[in-house]
Amino acid sequence: MSQEVDGQKVDARKRRFLIAATSAVGGVAVAGVAVPLVMSMMPSERAKAAGAPVEVDISKVEPGMLLTVEWRGKPVWIVNRTPEMLDLMAKHDDQLADAKSEQPQQPNYCKNATRSIKPEYLVAVGICTHLGCSPTYRKEVGAADMGGDWPGGFFCPCHGSRFDLAARVYKNVPAPTNLVIPPHQYLSDTRLLIGVDPSTDHLQGS
Amino acid sequence: MSALQKMMGWVDDRFPLTATYKAHLSEYYAPRNFNFWYFFGSLALLVLVLQIVTGIFLTMNYKPDSELAFASVEYIMRDVEWGWLIRYMHSTGASMFFVVVYLHMFRGLMYGSYRKPRELIWIFGVLIYLALMAEAFLGYLLPWGQMSFWGAQVIVNLFAAVPFIGEDLSIWIRGDYVISDATLNRFFAFHVIALPLVLIALVAVHLVALHEVGSNNPDGIEIKKHKDPVTHIPLDGIPFHPYYTVKDIVGVIVFLMVFSAILFFAPEMGGYFLEANNFVPADPLKTPQHIAPLWYFTPFYAILRAVPPMFGSQFPGVVAMGLSIVVMFFLPWLDRSKVKSIRYRGPIYKIMLALFIVSFIGLGYLGLLPSTPVATIFAQVLSVIYFLFFLLMPWYTSIDKTKPEPERVTG
Repeated sequence: MSQEVDGQKVDARKRRFLIAATSAVGGVAVAGVAVPLVMSMMPSERAKAAGAPVEVDISKVEPGMLLTVEWRGKPVWIVNRTPEMLDLMAKHDDQLADAKSEQPQQPNYCKNATRSIKPEYLVAVGICTHLGCSPTYRKEVGAADMGGDWPGGFFCPCHGSRFDLAARVYKNVPAPTNLVIPPHQYLSDTRLLIGVDPSTDHLQGS
Repeated sequence: MSALQKMMGWVDDRFPLTATYKAHLSEYYAPRNFNFWYFFGSLALLVLVLQIVTGIFLTMNYKPDSELAFASVEYIMRDVEWGWLIRYMHSTGASMFFVVVYLHMFRGLMYGSYRKPRELIWIFGVLIYLALMAEAFLGYLLPWGQMSFWGAQVIVNLFAAVPFIGEDLSIWIRGDYVISDATLNRFFAFHVIALPLVLIALVAVHLVALHEVGSNNPDGIEIKKHKDPVTHIPLDGIPFHPYYTVKDIVGVIVFLMVFSAILFFAPEMGGYFLEANNFVPADPLKTPQHIAPLWYFTPFYAILRAVPPMFGSQFPGVVAMGLSIVVMFFLPWLDRSKVKSIRYRGPIYKIMLALFIVSFIGLGYLGLLPSTPVATIFAQVLSVIYFLFFLLMPWYTSIDKTKPEPERVTG
């Protein structure tokens, strides 16, 4: 196929082919250069290596108390739940979005009624599953500003999400899922290691 | 020929200096009936220059390092000569940028400045608005205060709500598993280099498109329809320079008076321009009791909070917030009215526009408040009004009873 331009014959098919070929080669070059630039924004090797496990002495965590430790830059809560707390916690399953912990927000060994290895100790990542704020520990039973029947739990100040003392999310709040239970294991009765599953010794990827 | 004229001639043979000056200033004919609402375009340009200049001087003393950032801002405030003034100019400028841009956009809504043939001007404008929001968000992390940290945490987590790729996407944005030094450093790079370049380019194409088709005016009619038969100059047009440069200088003076009053007497604006919690260094383990974005983001933040999670995901809220901005791009094609300006529109559009403004300001107010069930219901109602303004527009603008447009501009 050819056409006349300025009295000269132009092979339009050839011209289209050359434009397509140049664009394709140019596109490959742009994509090739973009890869290192885009990948340079992923976590560096140093950032990946920073996820070391954290060892905590929990002997000082008195019943009802919450201790916050930092693991991978995130707050991890350790709550020593009293028998009364555990008792109240079992009575509101119908108000929870995922009372049975069906969503994979915890290691398998914490997929139980208390979402923990030992019933009294809750170990949870204190980051709201809505948009990442850190909820406040509200243990006062029946706190007026939480509604009179509050059994104790966590309240996210950012968007009003509520969690119970097993870090399970209530229905009809912005947060879609229960808080994350990190891999953890007990080295002894008072020493807790956050970041490592009990069954294996190798570190868990995030 | 004078030496100066000779020099101009020498330049013009090599670069279209005089031609550019004529095309965009001395022989750019703008409608003669501009009013108060036409100040805000030039004021936005002024604030852009102010932000760039003060920003350059801030970078001379600021340190984009999570260990040093907070202290370096305090160093600018206390120890750098005039540092406090430059920093307050920059922080006040950020809020005032949104003030003038919101008024500028409202002008467009009133007089139909987005209608044919100005669709691209509007689209470039919405892109400028988006770039501006990104620029403000990125800049807000830099002081590394509590609000910087937790604001960034919430916004970056919006991306984590995207199905399937969200988690990796948010890690890619942060460069880490949490908001960290890597995040601060890249936000700094985007804030001081990437987005300013994008903004300047967008402002340039916004103006080129404007000067190609000519400015709209409060009557919403085309002045190019009636040209002088000999000179081909629009009969209702006057040269931008000196007429509107002089007018805009008056606007600049009044604006700078307001700007200085804020700068010197209320730079924090009672916590609306600089939030109290941001004077506390970032603490990744503790969220402040009440977090709210800066005032210019709160309408969209209220829409985000108004949508409950669906199917175990907060993605619908994120989508609603995104759509509340994306829908603006379609405005030129949603409006089916025979007239452009509010002066000749019927009562329905006027009511809808009023409702829209009420919903926007109402959402902005609700976005500042802590989340309560009552506030959430109000936010839901106002969000619906916000969207109905756009979605019902094809319908209500076509049935609205309009008045006839004049042939020539009035007053």
